[in-house]
Amino acid sequence: MLNPDSVGRTFAGVDVITVTQEEINSFAAVIGEKNTSIAPPTFSIRISLREFESILTKPEIGLDWTRLVHGDQKFEIYRPIVAGDSLTTSATIENYKVAAGNEIVTVRSDLFNADEKVVSSWSTLVVRA
Amino acid sequence: MIQIGTLIPPHQFEVNRALLKQYADASGDQNPIHQDENFAKSVGLPDVIAHGMLTMALAGKYVSDWAGGPQNVKEFSARFTKPVVVPAGKSVDLTVSATVIEVTAAGVRLEISATSQGTKVLGMAKALVVQGN
Repeated sequence: MLNPDSVGRTFAGVDVITVTQEEINSFAAVIGEKNTSIAPPTFSIRISLREFESILTKPEIGLDWTRLVHGDQKFEIYRPIVAGDSLTTSATIENYKVAAGNEIVTVRSDLFNADEKVVSSWSTLVVRA
Repeated sequence: MIQIGTLIPPHQFEVNRALLKQYADASGDQNPIHQDENFAKSVGLPDVIAHGMLTMALAGKYVSDWAGGPQNVKEFSARFTKPVVVPAGKSVDLTVSATVIEVTAAGVRLEISATSQGTKVLGMAKALVVQGN
């Protein structure tokens, strides 16, 4: 179970993530996108989902990642991600509830290149009962 | 002239196990429910299912194409209502279409429909795009 004290808290990512052209190429290839000068709209999930896993599964937070399904997802893209961006991340646990034994947690990810906010995204993650 | 109610022609993507593996590698999401049939069935799924985010990535390609490129997609959201079930050795469809639901100074808002094998797989799917950049 998620520690209820963590709701509302923001966690700063530890690493600076430098986006490579190869990562963009691989992601674009899956969907048949030929313009690889910028990342596809959903590319940032590659960064945010990993970030959420490392935060939410910390012992003091306590989410069970093995029973997780993705409920919904939203992106606000202020500018496209490009190769060479050095992104810092922060993740905020915005909402948490238990319904029919399922834990439902909404987490926001903000990606910054220096002081510029590049993408915000919201993921609702469901831990099945 | 783009007006509210404008229907955007559907596009059909093909989804198969090879694409799921390719997306797993590209996204870093190696959850075995998207690759291993025995594991998927052991956790109560009918078969291997596609990543919800793969479905959304493909719908995003459809939106990008209509908007004139991925740089024109400003907001994109969806709910994963039903899984895209991907049996071994065959391709299943992901059929995406959209309707213009709002036209403002901020851009054009689309309501997106995505189905696979006749089942609606995304709910509340919307995008805000600007055109022509």
